[in-house]
Amino acid sequence: MNRRDSIKTITFASIGAGLLLQGCYGISREKVKRSLTRYEYGRTPEEKLYDDKLFAEKFFTNYELFTFDKLCNLILPPSEFGSIKDAEVVQLIEFMAKDIPSYQEPLREGLLWIDTESKKRFDNLFVDCEVSQQKEILDEIAFYDPNKSIDDYSKPVQWFNLVRNLTMTGYFTSEVGIKELGYKGNSPNIWDGVPQDVLDQYGLEYDKDWLDKFIDQSKRNDVAEWDEEGNLIT
Amino acid sequence: MQIKENSKEYDVIIVGSGAGGGMATKVLSEAGLSVAVVEAGPYYDPANPEQMTQLKPAFHSPRRGAGTTRPFGDYDQAYGGWDIDGEPYSQNDDTDFRWFRSRMLGGRTNHWGRISLRFGPNDFKKKSIDGLGEDWPIGYDDIKPYYDKVDKLIGVFGTKENIYNEPDGFFLPPPKPRLHELFYVNGARKSNVKVMPSRLSILTKRLNNDRGICFYCNGCARSCNVYADFSSGSCLIFPAQKSGGQIDLYVNSMVRTVTTNEEGKATGVSFLDKEENKEYKLKGKVVVLAASACSSARILLNSKSKQHPNGLGNNSDLVGRYLHDSTGGDMMAFIPKLIDRKTYNEDGVGGMHVYSPWWLDNKNLDFARGYHIEVWGGLGAPSYGTGFNVNSFNKFFGINKAGGYGNSLRDDMKKYYGSTIGLSGRGESIAQKTNYCEIDPNKVDKYGVPILRFNYKWTDNEIKQAKHMQDTFEEIIHNMGAIPLWEKPGKDANYGLTKPGQIIHEVGTTRMGSNSKDSVVNEFEQLHDVSNVFVVDGGPFVSQADKNPTWTILALAWRTSDYIVDQFKKQNF
Repeated sequence: MNRRDSIKTITFASIGAGLLLQGCYGISREKVKRSLTRYEYGRTPEEKLYDDKLFAEKFFTNYELFTFDKLCNLILPPSEFGSIKDAEVVQLIEFMAKDIPSYQEPLREGLLWIDTESKKRFDNLFVDCEVSQQKEILDEIAFYDPNKSIDDYSKPVQWFNLVRNLTMTGYFTSEVGIKELGYKGNSPNIWDGVPQDVLDQYGLEYDKDWLDKFIDQSKRNDVAEWDEEGNLIT
Repeated sequence: MQIKENSKEYDVIIVGSGAGGGMATKVLSEAGLSVAVVEAGPYYDPANPEQMTQLKPAFHSPRRGAGTTRPFGDYDQAYGGWDIDGEPYSQNDDTDFRWFRSRMLGGRTNHWGRISLRFGPNDFKKKSIDGLGEDWPIGYDDIKPYYDKVDKLIGVFGTKENIYNEPDGFFLPPPKPRLHELFYVNGARKSNVKVMPSRLSILTKRLNNDRGICFYCNGCARSCNVYADFSSGSCLIFPAQKSGGQIDLYVNSMVRTVTTNEEGKATGVSFLDKEENKEYKLKGKVVVLAASACSSARILLNSKSKQHPNGLGNNSDLVGRYLHDSTGGDMMAFIPKLIDRKTYNEDGVGGMHVYSPWWLDNKNLDFARGYHIEVWGGLGAPSYGTGFNVNSFNKFFGINKAGGYGNSLRDDMKKYYGSTIGLSGRGESIAQKTNYCEIDPNKVDKYGVPILRFNYKWTDNEIKQAKHMQDTFEEIIHNMGAIPLWEKPGKDANYGLTKPGQIIHEVGTTRMGSNSKDSVVNEFEQLHDVSNVFVVDGGPFVSQADKNPTWTILALAWRTSDYIVDQFKKQNF
């Protein structure tokens, strides 16, 4: 994929996100359709129109997206849980750049910078550099002192911080990432307090005075009734 | 049923379908009155799968739940926000008031925090206590029977605590605290700050056979599809329809004015059908405004006529005045003990399981009025923003290096996940005549309706209260062995005091009183000037207490509705 190819794809902007999926990852057209309609969830008509508009637009060139794919994989290499591709991190970056337009300029400028840098050092585009060469460049922009404001750092450091943030959030809000993180909620269950082994670990316990007041989950289905004083009798 | 035009005369036209409008709809329709409900937004039912966002994981949203289209995130059930396209509001001088509007059936009750606190006896008589503001014309005993009825009708969990100004009610049992909440309990008690189970209108136990029971997905802000939390649609309007009430629902219908006749009495409303962009009129014997404090004030002020040249109900010149919102202040902290914690399903209900009611006596303090403390944190659902600055907490271990790339970021992510806690103060401000909304003489919205202009300044009382919040939070956080994530805001930042409007408890614009010279409505929320117009949203609040307004809006709306039914029986309309 080169820059010229990517210009062609812009004319197919209305299915831009689909092309991206097909082009970069060789996903079938059928699957693309499904993945686009998957975003059917409580939207107002106005919100749907807005989202459709964003899906129809294409901001980054395929070459730029390809570069992000390399970068994101350096930030979070595939593990036994999943990969950047599984987590659709690059698609998220494309979408967020359209959803939050203030991301556009810094994200694109950083891509230009990293190619300029890799050409200067290794006479190659960043994506075509050896991994060791890529890491050599990243090592100079990837770290910062958390006691300082990131705004006090150079633009490449700020840019990489933004790309890392988008990569981390993209991965850990994905199906594979949520599983890897160990978040177990957002599903019907019965909360009956902190597990005993966890209480023990922190040397905590529930107040004896409070224990009688909490919901007895075995009676949750009994219709509530009170006496005149407001004492629950069921 | 969604009717566009109707020549019939309703007994009552209700403008708005949130807490106040929903309660009026239920009580008035069940008394046999014919009711039109006019709602500015679309029809909404939390159980409609096409509108539902509950239980959706972040990756079902193309923006992973980011707050681009809805200010509290993609899945929050409030259609609208601080800014609505084509419906601006303006500010005078250096006012920075934030006006949150939710345009949908049920209004803001679909996403609110469900914190359901009764006002206490003192909260109605604050002027008698500290000389500031004004007393309400009613007291706790007048409203208590209605609080009791609201508890039983809608359901609220909590515990009997026998605290004079935090009256107990008919409670369902509360859920057990989460881990970070136990840290809070211990930290707060070291500073002698009272902590007790919170009081939220979420069904931890079966209330009736029409509504489900909480299944602990933490999604109350997304509105519950089994109706286990309170929203005006699920708990008031739908049950009223089901019990055979004569209710016509007009949605996407934005009321411009209350219409009046030669005698100055209300005859109905004129509204704009937003889909057809056409204006319609509805006739009614009684008009009940429940559009939210500022929207109702706007309708009244825009309802000018020969008989009411100053706007409807505005002989006192007080419509829009005494606008006041809760104060707010927050602090977030890192609990080092909670790194690398075991993960388990900690969702619980959609809100905190414990909180602190106001625990001090203002006689010993340099500010008036109190605040309560809300707690948040823990193993929350990942959504857009999760993983940002993944290892910046390294600094708390003396490591001056963060960022990087590679698999170590995975470890950092898991290490710090669920290790933060947040404290929020929500307090009482003092209503000022000089804080108000008015009609902007130069601007109209996209429908051609004159818009509101805000004038608002906090006073020293609120600013000093915000300082007290920050100092208290700092102490409790220290007691917990935790470290604040940012420096305490100083005097130049009003000690972190939120902007007026930001807490979304704006009330007071049509305040209640026994004298028509210094109030807009009487104790039955009836306009002093026009006997067949009532206001049942937050507008009639004389003072707002350090409690969230919804439970009191509901209780007052029920009391007012009973009065309206009684007046119908006496043939006074």
